[in-house]
Amino acid sequence: MHPALSVIFFTVLSGAGYGLFMLVAVLHLTGSYPDASSGELQTQLAVALVLITIGLLSSSLHLHNPRNAWRAFMRVRTSWLSREAVLAVAFYPFALWYAWEVRATGGDVGQAGMIMGVIAVLLAGLTVFSTGMIYASLKTIRQWHTALTPANYLLLGLALGGLALVAIHGWFVGDDPLLGGIAIALLVLAAIMKGIYFLWIREVTGPTINTATGFTRAPVRILDPGHTAGTFLTREFGFDPGRQVIQRARLGVFALGFALPILLLAWVLSGAPAHWLTLALISALAGIGLERWLFFAEARHAVMLYHGRQHT
Amino acid sequence: MRLGLVIDLDTCVGCHACAVACKQWNTSGTTGPLTDIAAYGAEPSGVWFNRIRHYEVGDYPNNKTVNMPMSCMHCEDADCVTVCPTGASYKRKEDGIVLVDQDKCMGCNLCAWACPYGARELDPVDGVMKKCTLCIDRIYDETLEPEDRQPACVITCPAHARFFGDLDDPDSQVSRLTRERAGQTLMPELGYKPTNTYLPPRVTRPVPTDDVRRKSLISSVKEWVNQAIVR
Repeated sequence: MHPALSVIFFTVLSGAGYGLFMLVAVLHLTGSYPDASSGELQTQLAVALVLITIGLLSSSLHLHNPRNAWRAFMRVRTSWLSREAVLAVAFYPFALWYAWEVRATGGDVGQAGMIMGVIAVLLAGLTVFSTGMIYASLKTIRQWHTALTPANYLLLGLALGGLALVAIHGWFVGDDPLLGGIAIALLVLAAIMKGIYFLWIREVTGPTINTATGFTRAPVRILDPGHTAGTFLTREFGFDPGRQVIQRARLGVFALGFALPILLLAWVLSGAPAHWLTLALISALAGIGLERWLFFAEARHAVMLYHGRQHT
Repeated sequence: MRLGLVIDLDTCVGCHACAVACKQWNTSGTTGPLTDIAAYGAEPSGVWFNRIRHYEVGDYPNNKTVNMPMSCMHCEDADCVTVCPTGASYKRKEDGIVLVDQDKCMGCNLCAWACPYGARELDPVDGVMKKCTLCIDRIYDETLEPEDRQPACVITCPAHARFFGDLDDPDSQVSRLTRERAGQTLMPELGYKPTNTYLPPRVTRPVPTDDVRRKSLISSVKEWVNQAIVR
């Protein structure tokens, strides 16, 4: 699959934003946010909302006819993309109400504000889940058609959010064992999940060139695809960077996305200056960005069977 | 009613006439234009509703060339319709034809991602998805002669390898062909229940060659003389 930069930006940034929002709101609402100053809470929520908004705006860049983007709310009953759009927009009033209450009351929100916060957290989680389900619902791409896809989107969003949380907390107060612990735990969980995903997609399943053409009793090879230059299909689905690049990118995902941030977190927790957490966040954003690129680059669409691939 | 195509892989010669007729009819039809990009350049590309690919089945010397024209299968469980967030993609209840309402499409590509048959192509100039309409502006056009109310690809096929009809009607020509020739659908394991059906090449008796006479001295001389006279 062709990796569209706008979609990579969208899913990584808005995933991080939703993750940050969920973690901040849950910690705040349960009263376990350490040294919760009003200014810090406001900054955390503002950063989350800015990340989400940049992501959502960037997502509209991959539309070829954005004039009709408003129609994306019309098919909630069947389409995960429609559900995502509706949930993403429904999130804003609750999140803004909650953030406004935090600003107005200095963090000591009333009952209405708490309910708004809880609903916003639920909507944030459902939005990220829907993003994952857009990909997981496609039977044509076996690498995506798995329960691991929405799980990955949720966990990677939360892990990035956890890192953003400690990094911003680092600028305001300094390192904190609870927040650092949450961030490390989420990163480890996300790394394990990503490892399982890579293991899972190694197994070749699904349609082959034989079932695609209907000739299951003999080997089938392509003689001619019927066109001399690229088509929409080969450009959109034919992207294949090669085995070696994919292996290196996987290494990069684990090194930049998980290993370096975990090491930096552990280092800061054992006494190093908390500003190093910002580097951990930047490294994780690069690593997860690479992961999102890989998510597309490794996906093999079934239509490529008609263009000569023996299996997906 | 479940309108669709039946394509005979035994008689298809792979001439691409169906694709050209399709392009000609539809580029000036209701879903047109089928935009071309660099049509006279080094790498010509563009929107097509119908593409023909060529395969080799089996290993030499027991191999066979199979030409496979592919357009929208007008699936019964069409995921391209369910994933569409705008409602631009829809399947007609009355005849099962899957269409795109170009006034509603936002060009997100998701329906093309959901289609395993490569039936949908984005028009980069119009920014909307385009696909086979089963020539809906032909098959219901009562100003045409009844025999002309068929998709352009079916009418044009010089090998009579394409048939159009109602696959729900057990007595229609397409249903009969599917039954008698063991017609099959492509990638049935994905569960889209495609309507278009492909008739596999007939199993024919090999032409016997062991009774062909070997060359004798006289036949060689005759052959040489015949050729010399023609020259």
